[in-house]
Amino acid sequence: MSTLDRKLLRDLRHLWAQALAILLVIAAGFATLILGVGAYRSLEQTRAAYYERNAFADVFARLERAPKSLGSRILEIPGVVAADLRIMRQVIIDIEGMSEPASGLAVSLPDFSPAHLNQLTLRAGRTPEPGQSSEVVINDSFARAQHLGPGSRFSAIFNGRKHELEVVGVALSPEFIYVLGPGDLMPDDRRFGVLWMSETALEGLFDLEGAFNSVALKLLAGASESAAIAQLDRIIARYGGVGAYGRKDQISYAFLDSELQQLSAMSRIIPPIFLAVSAFLVNMTLSRLIALEREQIGLLKAIGYSRLAVAAHYLKLILVIAILGSLVGAIAGTWLGRGLTALYGEFYHFPFLIFHRDPDIYLLATAVSVGAAVLGGLKTVFAALRLPPAVAMQPPQPPRYAKLWGEGIGLAQVLSQLTIMSLRSMVRAPLRAVTTLIGVASAVSLLVMAMFAIDSVEFMIDVSFFRTSRQHASVILAEEQGPGVLQSVQNLPAVMRSEPYRSVAVRLRNGHRERRTTIVGQPPGQDLSRIVDSEFKVVAPPSEGLLVNARLAEVLKLRRGDIVDVELLEGKRGTKSVVVSDIIESYLGLAAYMDLDALNRLIGEGPRISGMHIAYDRRDEPALYRALKSTPAFASVQLQRISLSKFRDTIRENINFMTTTYVVLSVIIAFGVVYNSARIQLSERARELASLRVLGFTRSEVSRVLLTELAIVILLAQPLGWAMGYAFSWGVIQGFSSDLFTVPFLIETSTYARATLVALLASAASAFVVRLRVDRLDLVSVLKTRD
Amino acid sequence: MQPEIVFQARGLTKVYQTGDVEVRALDGVDLQLYKGEFVVLLGPSGSGKSTLLNILGGLDWATSGTCRFKDHDLTVDDERALTLYRRDHVGFVFQFYNLIPSLTARENVSLCTEIARDPMPPEEALRLVGLGERMNHFPAQLSGGEQQRVAIARAIAKRPEVLLCDEPTGALDSKTGVWVLEALASVNAELGTTTVVITHNAAIREIAHRVIYIADGRIAHIVENERRLAPSEISW
Repeated sequence: MSTLDRKLLRDLRHLWAQALAILLVIAAGFATLILGVGAYRSLEQTRAAYYERNAFADVFARLERAPKSLGSRILEIPGVVAADLRIMRQVIIDIEGMSEPASGLAVSLPDFSPAHLNQLTLRAGRTPEPGQSSEVVINDSFARAQHLGPGSRFSAIFNGRKHELEVVGVALSPEFIYVLGPGDLMPDDRRFGVLWMSETALEGLFDLEGAFNSVALKLLAGASESAAIAQLDRIIARYGGVGAYGRKDQISYAFLDSELQQLSAMSRIIPPIFLAVSAFLVNMTLSRLIALEREQIGLLKAIGYSRLAVAAHYLKLILVIAILGSLVGAIAGTWLGRGLTALYGEFYHFPFLIFHRDPDIYLLATAVSVGAAVLGGLKTVFAALRLPPAVAMQPPQPPRYAKLWGEGIGLAQVLSQLTIMSLRSMVRAPLRAVTTLIGVASAVSLLVMAMFAIDSVEFMIDVSFFRTSRQHASVILAEEQGPGVLQSVQNLPAVMRSEPYRSVAVRLRNGHRERRTTIVGQPPGQDLSRIVDSEFKVVAPPSEGLLVNARLAEVLKLRRGDIVDVELLEGKRGTKSVVVSDIIESYLGLAAYMDLDALNRLIGEGPRISGMHIAYDRRDEPALYRALKSTPAFASVQLQRISLSKFRDTIRENINFMTTTYVVLSVIIAFGVVYNSARIQLSERARELASLRVLGFTRSEVSRVLLTELAIVILLAQPLGWAMGYAFSWGVIQGFSSDLFTVPFLIETSTYARATLVALLASAASAFVVRLRVDRLDLVSVLKTRD
Repeated sequence: MQPEIVFQARGLTKVYQTGDVEVRALDGVDLQLYKGEFVVLLGPSGSGKSTLLNILGGLDWATSGTCRFKDHDLTVDDERALTLYRRDHVGFVFQFYNLIPSLTARENVSLCTEIARDPMPPEEALRLVGLGERMNHFPAQLSGGEQQRVAIARAIAKRPEVLLCDEPTGALDSKTGVWVLEALASVNAELGTTTVVITHNAAIREIAHRVIYIADGRIAHIVENERRLAPSEISW
């Protein structure tokens, strides 16, 4: 081994703590990219493979009743390769020991051939025997939430008749990755299940012999979805079809898509920022670290080493750190990415997982990490090499200090000489202070960006559940009824207030842009279900016109006063033109509101309501549940309290897994940066500080010079870090919104405070180390060394 | 017979620009140094001694004038050529030793021998300066005099034609300084290395063949010693 290489090893051993800190910063930046992009790509591919393997359909439609012979006409639609005609209908589920009303969706399984589309993956047991009306396969999440498995029994009400069921199997289905009960905002696996049963059995239970009421289509790749939907709508219109829709309006698909979209936003934006910040920090740190080697570089040149040899020597030092950092990052990133993918796979109920490891992200991360390190380090090496050795071997010219602004007006009398020293050093060597400041600010910004998402979701919850939809529950009617039903709801036990609403499936169209959604009609003066404008002021639906939320306005490019075409997908059908009277604030879905009377006039079938929002006395809840369960007119009940907790669980968990990882990584970066800044600052000024010790200043006085400077820089870095964090977070939130949720952008003060707290903790720990180092400053050597 | 000329400087000038201040460190120096001679450059701080030495050693460039090493013009050399010149012909000893703290005495010497054309073994160089016993010590474990002798061993191990020493005893007490000078004198005598020693310590002039007095960037006068003293005969 050459002597220079031996020097390299010894230098590394000597610098181990700083080298380790740099290595960890590189590793954290690297790992973020690998795990963020890796997990997202893995889940994306898993979803694609799952949909492919289990033949997830492309187009879905529901109707009232049609003969199976219609199937041949449906198959003639151009581009359709397969069609499954099914029976799907809501049932009320009654499980012993459960007081809240639960419901389910009964879905038929063909008796003598496997289903072409939306195939089940059995987790346990088997499929029902043909014609066996008591055998049922249930979805995995319902089975888990209710602790049901093969052999368990429960009952359900089919067409008003209670029927005993035995679970024979537990399955996953690409069609029901997320299962939403009627009116629910979020999946509630305890209160809603999918019941797959024999087709002939369901025909009997629902009086649908030889008929079907649901159809799923598979299209050829490249076939026009909208053309197929239009044709299917024409075919099923006279059988009570409620508007066919594609995958993007299929609730499970849309849900998963919106969750993956959030992950995608987090993995497309956050990791590159992490990597860029870590690269910047490594660049800055290494360049300062190597600046301290200036005299040794001069010496090596003086005794005859060529520039190339000296550069190669330091290049090796940088490469050892950068490559080890990348290696640690790659291993940690792969491992964490795999864990994260598995966690999400479980969360999304995927039957299998495909781990995706593209060489491109590893190459990119290596190139950025190693490149930044090499550039940072060599920049300084070459700067030192450009100096004649005689100059390089001397310490750099002392910076030209001058009196500070303010010293003239008596600042000097207030501050001690040592504080003045700190202040002057900062002002007169601003590059050093600025690089530390930017480094710390970057670390703070990463923390803010990693943590802010929860704030936005909490704000969304506050607006959605506490300012607008304030009801305790919503009762959904089995069929629309006249306003008279309101009184019978008002008379239910515990009910204190009830407010009617009507919801109508529509397709809204503005030019070539269209979206399928529902218009909710409600009378003015509602107290439970309120509508708020963009300033969160309560507004009443106008007597004419439509209120749309910002998301809907955005996707349809609607402004106040525009005319929108409303295609009614229920009742008498037909298309009407309605004016958009205002844009409102609602973060859930594509919301459209009208005055109830106006909506009734639009549809033209007289006053009807589809459900009631109610407020009730929690103390009498069981009595209310009993009454609701025993009234066939009430198809289901959506409990706001449960929706809220499910909402928190689902969205927060989805974001949490990833943000927790990011928080941990940004904490590592924060520590790495602050520690290195403090250590380098100490080395840069070691001589000066030791001289102070020689002059008789105490250890704590001497550390104060350095720590005052560090403290000022770190405090100044906080606002910059918050601002950078705000900007980064804004970038992330842009990718968060989907047709299901709009995530408002909000960062709580407490998030800034937490980010700052982490930075301050890192600073305190680094200050402690610096203090220990100051205690060990070698006073004798400083006396012997030139100045 | 006229001794061989090693260095020949004509009108050597060096101007430093530090901020707004222009410092004329060398102001038209004419000088000849001969093979095998022991020269002491004497002068007060800031007189230009170190600048002259740095230019002779290829550590710095002159602003104007010429400086030849044998038939080699140092003033027209580029960075690469100067590096080779230093590597092959010059040994340096600095006031503050400039050892690499992470390398042992032996390794500090190997640092030079590894890139030299015809070096002596590092152990031999260390024995020449009387440090045969302490070659596995790190600089921090050596006294100032010992560190300076490591620096001399490092400088002579490549058998340089010239040995340039900038205040080699500047940081040492008299007794230790004498040991260092003895090491330099014996290298000069045994290897015939042209040796230039900068000092502002007038006592040292007694051990030189010639003493060149420098003041304000010029050569004030040159004195040839009729009788040289051995380093052990002087003190300060």
